[in-house]
Amino acid sequence: MNVWNPHIELMSKAQLETLQLRLLKIQTRRMWEHSPFYHDRMREAGVSPDDIRTLEDVRRLPFMTKKDLRDNYPNRLMMSDRGDLVRYHASSGTTGKPIIVGYTKTDLENWSESLARAMTSFGLGRKDIVQVSNTYGLFSGGLGFHYATEKIGATVVPASTGNTDRQIDLICDLGVTAMAATPSYLMYLGEVAAKRGIDMRKDTKLRVGLLGGEPWSDRMRDRLYETMGVRGYNCFGASELSGPLFLECAEQNGIHIWGDIALLEIVDPDTGEPLGPGERGEMVITMLQKEAFPIMRYRMGDITMMMDEPCPCGRAHPRIARIQGRVDDMIIIRGINVFPSQVEHSLMQHPELGSEFQLVVDRKGHLDTMLVRAELRPEAFTDDIVALNALRERVSNRLRNVLNISVNVELVQPDTLPRFEGKAKRVMDRREY
Amino acid sequence: MSDTSRYRIKQLSIFSENRPNRLGAVAKVLKEGSINILGFSIAEGAGYGVIRVLVDRPDLAKDLLTEAGFVVKFTEVLAIRMEDRPGGLYDLTERMKDINIEYGYGYRNPPYAVLIVRVEDIEKGIRSLLAGGLDLLDNVNFH
Repeated sequence: MNVWNPHIELMSKAQLETLQLRLLKIQTRRMWEHSPFYHDRMREAGVSPDDIRTLEDVRRLPFMTKKDLRDNYPNRLMMSDRGDLVRYHASSGTTGKPIIVGYTKTDLENWSESLARAMTSFGLGRKDIVQVSNTYGLFSGGLGFHYATEKIGATVVPASTGNTDRQIDLICDLGVTAMAATPSYLMYLGEVAAKRGIDMRKDTKLRVGLLGGEPWSDRMRDRLYETMGVRGYNCFGASELSGPLFLECAEQNGIHIWGDIALLEIVDPDTGEPLGPGERGEMVITMLQKEAFPIMRYRMGDITMMMDEPCPCGRAHPRIARIQGRVDDMIIIRGINVFPSQVEHSLMQHPELGSEFQLVVDRKGHLDTMLVRAELRPEAFTDDIVALNALRERVSNRLRNVLNISVNVELVQPDTLPRFEGKAKRVMDRREY
Repeated sequence: MSDTSRYRIKQLSIFSENRPNRLGAVAKVLKEGSINILGFSIAEGAGYGVIRVLVDRPDLAKDLLTEAGFVVKFTEVLAIRMEDRPGGLYDLTERMKDINIEYGYGYRNPPYAVLIVRVEDIEKGIRSLLAGGLDLLDNVNFH
């Protein structure tokens, strides 16, 4: 068995919980003393660091939501001195202001440490060449894997996104052994390679996929292995938590949420009450060592469950099952988070359109497509096709600017899209994973 | 100046989204209103279409279609009489070279044929077509 950090990874459950409690006490104390925001939040909830005596006492701390993070843009939640900050990343900001995440040197170390453990567990190491085909830049997906790859002593190919032919050339010519990407992109890359007459199994050394950023399935994992010889390892993360942070171990059966990095809870999304292993609910994360941008009982919005039985790999760190959905109506398209409310706001900028819309998500080949159907107002209709086409183009451009993905727009007749009483179901997700 | 309004013909322009048998739905409404179709064309936009129809009772047709949920607009077009023989269209075009046509469509109406055009500036269009000696059909022929 390959282990990166035996001291932490191989702790017993009891040892781990002792460590977690110690870290939780330190972290709540730091937040209480250094963050006016968290201090006030804890006071309002009637809790102070002194109340954290057992691990279960985490439940006395107040929940945090994405809204809290967004409302405090850009840096009111930052807890470190400027001098200690070494980097910023930002969420895509698709629902208005982005969330700016600051990192200290220790934060960056812990981030790559977390990925390094899992990467080591399935055998990646110094002799490997990892092509990082996630976006580099403000988005944390690229640099997250970049530094983890360097940490384990492997060679990194910082390919970032785009130019699939060049990506394939690099894989072939450099002998790339692992690739970080979205699962759909890897699938797509495989098809392009096949069209070029390249047999990924025979003609390349690619055997590991570090895959995340969008929902996918075991069926897709099997297909990747059958068609490309690539074993896909599921990754979970979020820019708020640092970036791509947790990966499956060699067992490929649930993602280990390293107990020294994060305290995992699953709660009933409606009541906030804790749920036990095997019970499906919303994931809540408290980051135990984050310095610059702390995360306290953060409601991820992701639905999953803690896995009951111990992992055959022997690590006692808790595991989560595949993400089974969202609490809100967020959808992930080509690795980008999209909220229907953003589509709505964008459409509202066009007086030619009505207020109803429909969002149809599909998968053509292996790439996601998004179609927005919007009602044309009767007053805006014109016999002039050129003008109507131009309107459609304007709507599509605005959506693309807001969402960062290309969107196909279909103008439809007024009063034809479904109306809803109560919670609207404006999203039709036809994808099969 | 003579009154040119009698040459203006009310065409129905109907927004047609990308769903099967939209034309059929339009035709059904017109049938049920006992409205006769004199000419029509379908224009293709990006993911939608515009159905353009000439009918004998445009106001009634517009009301019925609107009631049925369609988005309908009147567009003024001109109808030019053509000879129903080889070269009929050519003769016409020779005499309307300075007219900017946005779109057009034709149909046969024995013993003659008709070219329907939408022009940029209808008033100017009428005058220059008449000046070119073309035979514009009066809208009483339609409505």
